[in-house]
Amino acid sequence: MKLSRFARLACLLVAGMLLAACQHEAATPWQLTDISGHMPDLAFQLTDDQGKTVTATDYQGKVALLYFGYTHCPDVCPLTLAHLHVVMQRLGKVADGAQILFVSVDPARDTPAALHAYATAFDPHVIGLTGSPADIEALTKRYRAAFSREPGKEGGSYDVSHSSGIYIFDAHGKARLLATPTDSQDKLVHDLHLLLSPGGAT
Amino acid sequence: MKRYLLWLGLTALLAPAVQATQADQIKASHAWIRLLPADLPAGGYVTLDNQGSSAATLVSVHSAAYASAMLHQSTTDPAGNSDMHMLDRLIVPAHGQVSLAPAGYHLMLQQATHALKPGDTVDITLDFADGSHQRVPFQVRPANATD
Ligand SMILES: [Cu+2]
Repeated sequence: MKLSRFARLACLLVAGMLLAACQHEAATPWQLTDISGHMPDLAFQLTDDQGKTVTATDYQGKVALLYFGYTHCPDVCPLTLAHLHVVMQRLGKVADGAQILFVSVDPARDTPAALHAYATAFDPHVIGLTGSPADIEALTKRYRAAFSREPGKEGGSYDVSHSSGIYIFDAHGKARLLATPTDSQDKLVHDLHLLLSPGGAT
Repeated sequence: MKRYLLWLGLTALLAPAVQATQADQIKASHAWIRLLPADLPAGGYVTLDNQGSSAATLVSVHSAAYASAMLHQSTTDPAGNSDMHMLDRLIVPAHGQVSLAPAGYHLMLQQATHALKPGDTVDITLDFADGSHQRVPFQVRPANATD
């Protein structure tokens, strides 16, 4: 008798813990890494792939996906952009509320024209951005996305080591999520859908 | 006639003892190139199956379609910084498989000798450590192709 009462109490306790776990789950609907409050708002002054000077406010009202790369990167950058292309396709119509900002960390070679050809080869939502080395460095530092130029090789070619994360900002320019290249397309589709739905972002 | 028969018999006897070349042991599949605009370097990918009982070592690649073709590897450190470097060799273990796939091993293909478009096929020759070669047809795919 005593034992059964104890068992009932234990059951209640476990049920209570499970409920708490569920409620905790509901409080964080994100599948990617939540960086709200840990990274500064989107801010920059760069040149877009049409040669126009742009700032972060030009993209206000859109969910922005910030990614650092360079066009002479034949492996990792195209893989990330090809994945984002599939994600945009899966999002369908709501994808039009998103903008992928591909910021070059190799401004010496990445002219607006070169970036335009590169960006459009992947997805219509991709915009290439370049600028002065100082402005680009300031932006990478703002998001702690280190990059460095590797020692030169013969023929003047070189590689650039760069951060592979995708920083996601809501329509108000607030940093919200961080995706890594190993995060699945499913996670990106899930979280972007939430961020892009009316009321879901706030 | 008698000598000829003897010679035939000898070669038949010797044949099984002749080692297959490394190139003979390798079955290449899923070979493709991610084409980027404006003659930017392109990545080449292929799956190599070694059906032999000894390792095969890929030491270089070459193609009439590119002035420069190299073996490369992309790596990402725990901090999330990615990087690529050249490889001197790539070993395919006996009865093993090595995949050249996005964000890992790849062929770095530079300076196309003529304009390419998706749907084209480009022959790339794999050079092995024992001096043997295998010519593999690679499918040219658009920039936003996924593996
Ligand atoms: Cu490479």
